[in-house]
Amino acid sequence: MLDPSLIEIRLPFGLAPLVEARVLLWGLAGVLILLTAGALAAMLLPKLKPGKDYTNLRQRVNSWWVMVALLCVALLSGWLATTLLFLVISFIALREFLSLAPMRREDRYVILAAYLAAALNYYFIGIDSYGIYLVFIPVYCFLVAPFLMACIGQTKGYLATAATIQWGLMACVYSLGYAAFLMRTPVSEHLPAGPAGMVFLLLVATEANDVAQYVWGKFLGRHKITPAVSPNKTWEGFIGGWITTAALIWFAGPLFAPLEGAVRIWMALLLPLAGFAGDVTMSAIKRDIGVKDTSTLIPGHGGMLDRVDSMMFTAPLYFHLLAYFSLQRF
Amino acid sequence: MAALRLFLLTFIAVPLARVFAGTDVFGRERLPRVGPAIIAANHNSHVDTLLLLTIFPVKTMARLRPAAAADYFLRGPVLSWFSRNILGIVPIARDKAGSGEDVLAPAREALTRGDIILIFPEGTRGDASDEMARLKSGVARLAEAYPTAPVFPIWLEGAGRVLPKGAHIPVPMNCTVLVGEALRWEGDRNAFMDKLRDSLLALREQAPPQRWR
Repeated sequence: MLDPSLIEIRLPFGLAPLVEARVLLWGLAGVLILLTAGALAAMLLPKLKPGKDYTNLRQRVNSWWVMVALLCVALLSGWLATTLLFLVISFIALREFLSLAPMRREDRYVILAAYLAAALNYYFIGIDSYGIYLVFIPVYCFLVAPFLMACIGQTKGYLATAATIQWGLMACVYSLGYAAFLMRTPVSEHLPAGPAGMVFLLLVATEANDVAQYVWGKFLGRHKITPAVSPNKTWEGFIGGWITTAALIWFAGPLFAPLEGAVRIWMALLLPLAGFAGDVTMSAIKRDIGVKDTSTLIPGHGGMLDRVDSMMFTAPLYFHLLAYFSLQRF
Repeated sequence: MAALRLFLLTFIAVPLARVFAGTDVFGRERLPRVGPAIIAANHNSHVDTLLLLTIFPVKTMARLRPAAAADYFLRGPVLSWFSRNILGIVPIARDKAGSGEDVLAPAREALTRGDIILIFPEGTRGDASDEMARLKSGVARLAEAYPTAPVFPIWLEGAGRVLPKGAHIPVPMNCTVLVGEALRWEGDRNAFMDKLRDSLLALREQAPPQRWR
């Protein structure tokens, strides 16, 4: 007999049925409703307030449909699909980063090796090798990539390039990998909405924080918070986003992730800060390079890096708070 | 054979270009949908041709003809077959230039058929240093011979890093295609070449820094 909190979804074409937490399906339905509301707003706004250019808003909403659809399918399909999706996300983010950051022509094959390292990082997630995943990029890629560069023999600009490659691997591959590794949590851990529920909450809280900061800043923003790095960010947006996201995690969080006791407070307090930090850090890098967006891959949003910048910071924090307070596996 | 070419371009070349080059296009709305037209781009890599062949809608793809050096692309039967039927090149006998032979005849015939000629006026691949070599005037003579065909300057950034001249293993890196305003033949070869050069350099200024430090 199936647990009443679970539901079995039968699939066509002889595929094995999916067993999902009911609350996760409600959560996904909630996201789809919000998105529909956004799409309606994007259709109605030009009629209510004509004269302004709403192309960007429309593109943004359309891109959200694609992103939400991909994530829904991946989360419902399980750890393998989610891991593969994050591998693709990491590859595109790393490619954007290494293409814009100052690299030397001698390092072409080191860049190729960095993609290989990204694949291996997700391979270790795939074979559930947590211990190796933890040290592979932070320790061994950190040591091997500079050695390869030394073998190539170009010492001009060596230190800066070695540091750039390591930064790219840590931010685009290792950090994002934590989101995929959450899917390997055993179901025996009494999770309220399964492993997928935890990843769902991470994604929703991170993106809600981005959107809430933007909306609060748009309506109330007066005082710049990082004028030299990201002049559009304001204290009002930052604090409004913080409170909104903290409330979301506090009230909706326990439905999707094991947030009992102190971890609920810590998560609500710290996750919005991490999202803001990721956003500002990536802005500083883009300002240094001299670009506004890292590519035009996602219409209305910019590149992959522009979309996942806050998640580079929220994914490890989210994972480690849960690992420290709630999860036995990690 | 045309169907095979479209099939391979759509299902092999387009995915390859997206994986290895990402490919942002600025000014996509300027790209010609029908021929006769001439595309003049800077050249650092075979990836340049891949990029230019894969940014057009399928309907236009069938009309694209890269102008390519006969001495390089028609070596041996296999490469020759591939160049003619899959890449769809119009061969340019660059070693016969200046010998009195009409090396541009195949390109002019293609324009007459309503094709879009892709031409790299630098004549050969550069070293991916973001410098542009001296432009050869073949493109001006083509525009002169076919003054109704607009000439679109296109700057390709980053392709020389994916597969530089002499390299055999491609490395995925983002590339950008910048499409400029079409130029028209106005009767003077030097003025035309100056305008083309200026347009290409102006596009280069707008490119993201997808170049070696």
